[in-house]
Amino acid sequence: MKARVRRGINAVMEWLTAMSALVVVLPLILILVFLVYQGASALNLDFFIHLPKPVGEPGGGMANAIVGTLILIGLASCLGLPLGILGGVYLAESRDRRLPWVIRFLADVLNGVPSIVIGIFAYTVVVLPLRRFSALAGGFALAVIMLPIVLRTTEELVRLVPASLREAALALGIPEWKVILRVVLPTARAGIITGVMVSIARIAGETAPLLFTAFGNRFWHQGLLQPIAALPLQIFAYAIAPYDDWHRQAWAGALVLIVMIFSSSLIARIVTKGRYSGVR
Amino acid sequence: MRRLAHSTRVTGGWGDHLFRLLIRAAALILLVIVLGLVIVMIRAAFPSIRAFGWSFLFTSRWDPVAEKFGALPLIYGTIVSSVLALLIAVPLGIGAAVYLSEVAPPWISPPISFLIELLAAVPSVVYGLWGIFILAPWLRTQVQPALGATLGFLPLFQGPPYGVGMLAAGLILAIMVVPFIIAVSREVLLAVPNAQREAALALGATRWETTRLAVLRYARSGLMGAVLLGLGRSLGETMAVTMVIGNRPEISASLFAPGYTMASMIANEFAEATSDLYLSALIEVGLLLFVVTVIVNALARLLVWSVGGAVKAVRE
Amino acid sequence: MRSNVPASLILSVALLGLAGLVLTVGFAPGPVSAQMLMNGTGATFPYPIYSKWFDEYIKVDPSVRFNYQSIGSGGGIRQIMERTVDFGASDGPMTDEQLTKAPGELFHIPTVLGAVVPTYKLPGDPKLRFTSDLLAEIFLGKITKWNDPRIVAVNPGVALPDRPIIVVHRSDGSGTTYIWTDYLAKVSKEWEQRVGRGTSVNWPVGLGGKGNEGVAGQVKSTPGAIGYVELAYATKNNLPAAAIRNQAGKFVEPSIQSTTAAAAGAAKNMPSDFRVSLTNPPGEDAYPIASFTWLLVYKDQPHQVKGQALVKFLWWAIHDGQKYTSNLLYAPLPSQVVSQIEAKVKQITYQGKPLLAAR
Repeated sequence: MKARVRRGINAVMEWLTAMSALVVVLPLILILVFLVYQGASALNLDFFIHLPKPVGEPGGGMANAIVGTLILIGLASCLGLPLGILGGVYLAESRDRRLPWVIRFLADVLNGVPSIVIGIFAYTVVVLPLRRFSALAGGFALAVIMLPIVLRTTEELVRLVPASLREAALALGIPEWKVILRVVLPTARAGIITGVMVSIARIAGETAPLLFTAFGNRFWHQGLLQPIAALPLQIFAYAIAPYDDWHRQAWAGALVLIVMIFSSSLIARIVTKGRYSGVR
Repeated sequence: MRRLAHSTRVTGGWGDHLFRLLIRAAALILLVIVLGLVIVMIRAAFPSIRAFGWSFLFTSRWDPVAEKFGALPLIYGTIVSSVLALLIAVPLGIGAAVYLSEVAPPWISPPISFLIELLAAVPSVVYGLWGIFILAPWLRTQVQPALGATLGFLPLFQGPPYGVGMLAAGLILAIMVVPFIIAVSREVLLAVPNAQREAALALGATRWETTRLAVLRYARSGLMGAVLLGLGRSLGETMAVTMVIGNRPEISASLFAPGYTMASMIANEFAEATSDLYLSALIEVGLLLFVVTVIVNALARLLVWSVGGAVKAVRE
Repeated sequence: MRSNVPASLILSVALLGLAGLVLTVGFAPGPVSAQMLMNGTGATFPYPIYSKWFDEYIKVDPSVRFNYQSIGSGGGIRQIMERTVDFGASDGPMTDEQLTKAPGELFHIPTVLGAVVPTYKLPGDPKLRFTSDLLAEIFLGKITKWNDPRIVAVNPGVALPDRPIIVVHRSDGSGTTYIWTDYLAKVSKEWEQRVGRGTSVNWPVGLGGKGNEGVAGQVKSTPGAIGYVELAYATKNNLPAAAIRNQAGKFVEPSIQSTTAAAAGAAKNMPSDFRVSLTNPPGEDAYPIASFTWLLVYKDQPHQVKGQALVKFLWWAIHDGQKYTSNLLYAPLPSQVVSQIEAKVKQITYQGKPLLAAR
């Protein structure tokens, strides 16, 4: 083929791929901009301070939903983080023969399970025996979702810690467990935190598993064994209702949720900036 | 990646033993959780499995009054919406990934990739919100009438313009899955050794020819894996789909018609399945969804790993 | 050893602190402390008035909060049977089978009367009326266009557009659906055989909306749509509520009066468990698709304090609460029925002892 034709094809293909990128990025940005615009115009102080009002009455806010989401994230972290980090250390450090492979495989399986299925699991395992919907059930469901992410991130980060550091510590006579806790983990800390922030960003927006675990609450939470409001749940309920005021509030809630999630992702990025170049 | 392999004997005092026990226990808890999930679901779905057997997968009727449940419309809806989504998202996604990894000048790629990662983090319910208030009305007033007028002879585009329906669900899934496909594909493409590219360039190939011959061919299975991961993600997507699909368990040839997916039916009906068999049938649907996504994801990961070095991308 | 980067150290301390704070806050009750939370779920049909009641009741008894999630009558029945909530709500009465399966004896306590109305969205907001046959045919999918001659015949003088009819029904388990399908089953043999009555049926056509809210929302945003909702949902959203021809042959608009008229006959022959259907009544001014809505409570309450709070609320609801009904277009309970309900509420016990002291 003539060189000019080949160059021509090259130009066309480069242009096509650039167009794909544009076609993909542009609508997404437009959605975000629209969200910010709609949400910002609906945000006011009321939204952050007040509880929801009865049906059809304008005003009110999502204060309990915002707090509820924070509580659920905190609860999920308390359940999922220790397990995830310890499990990740296990995968990286253990000398067992086959169990790590099985665990890794199962973690990947769990990662791909749709969150609604995890919701069913949490309903059967927490809600039914306790005979109540509760923040605990919601936190459990979210913890199960966050577990594989934290696990694999921790494993990878722990592996990245240079062997020389461990060997130096061991040579000083420090027992292995202390080496891991005092040398390895602190070195890997930033990356582990990234994994944590990423998993928090993921669970903050989850709605499906909360539908029949945390259940929702029109009032302030009443301890962890009672139903609790959550931002994504409230957004969903308001979005499918016919009241215009509720629609406005749904947009405002969506904006708040996005800000929370993006902040988590951004923090994760900043913390690891330049530390692990070549890895990500 | 090196373990403390030289200390092969299990030495150390009780501190080490305790610690090893602790971390092994943590790992075992994960095992228990996953196994528990499977067992719980099978047990709860068992009454329905026993009542309907294999016909559950092939029957169209979802009738809570008569207590006859068949999941075929749900399976159909899930497959159609996901396939539609992939038809749109895959060419665009891989094209964009190629652009970002091979074509773009070095100052464009990082911010765009960062943006795409952020967009992958937007929750389903927010997309659903946008879908109800922007996408569905747009489809109903502009797109569907236009498609019906021009291509209405095809059964794909027949029927009244509801706005919500299979087309809306497919579009919204495409939008949600595309950042994901881009991220994974880009990692896969970046994992292709530079030697491949250099070899092609040394032979006088243009950039596109290099990409086509050296990179894409090498990364082919990894890209397929990215597509499968996107599929796995869209199969399980619940909230956005529930908000725009029309909630009707019926098989229809038209993209304009309302439908139902496995995940959105569970979301809508779980809390209120009034009879035990109904609940069991819903859990059987959940089990089905679980099995399908596990298989798809497992295949995907195998393919992505085959390109090597792209393990990181897979953890999404 | 590499020096610890201050950023990540601060961050981890901050995260731990946040988690701890959040948990402490979580374990403690919310800003207004020391309240009891009663959880209920179920029907969307009475949700407008229930949410008003629960808001007003805070002034009557500040020590209790009623948290009600409107997810549909099916959910109300299911969750009270599972005992995951303190009370359920439904406008479709529980079947005998469900009652036997429940872990204890369940009472149906009527709270208000409401009407299920056909609502629609057409350009120009015309005022339409329907006959029972028309409704059945539309929802069976046999009438598909708004300017079908059968609709035109019943609505002389109204300009009906040449648009497809978009049917909207419930996608969740719904008492409103029960009332609607109960009516259609009574007036149409074909409906009774093909579809039947229930909180969740196999709809011949249409889109599914979640809750009364979802159906109203869908109708409101879809020109050419027709759906069925409780009257309050239509009026609160500026959607029309169509008149229907009743058994006596008269076209009756849904209103408080016509709903009350529908209950007139039933009040005389009320069964002791209050599970009665009010659809297609014989009265001349009666609206054909009206119904009671019930709160589902266990006869024998598991907690004394909660049980007391519950019966006190029920007493308030059937007396003082009734004054909020007219604003939201629900009809108050007929007075003969109220005295019967009083007797029933007095039968609610804790460990055998009635919770409501003699009044």
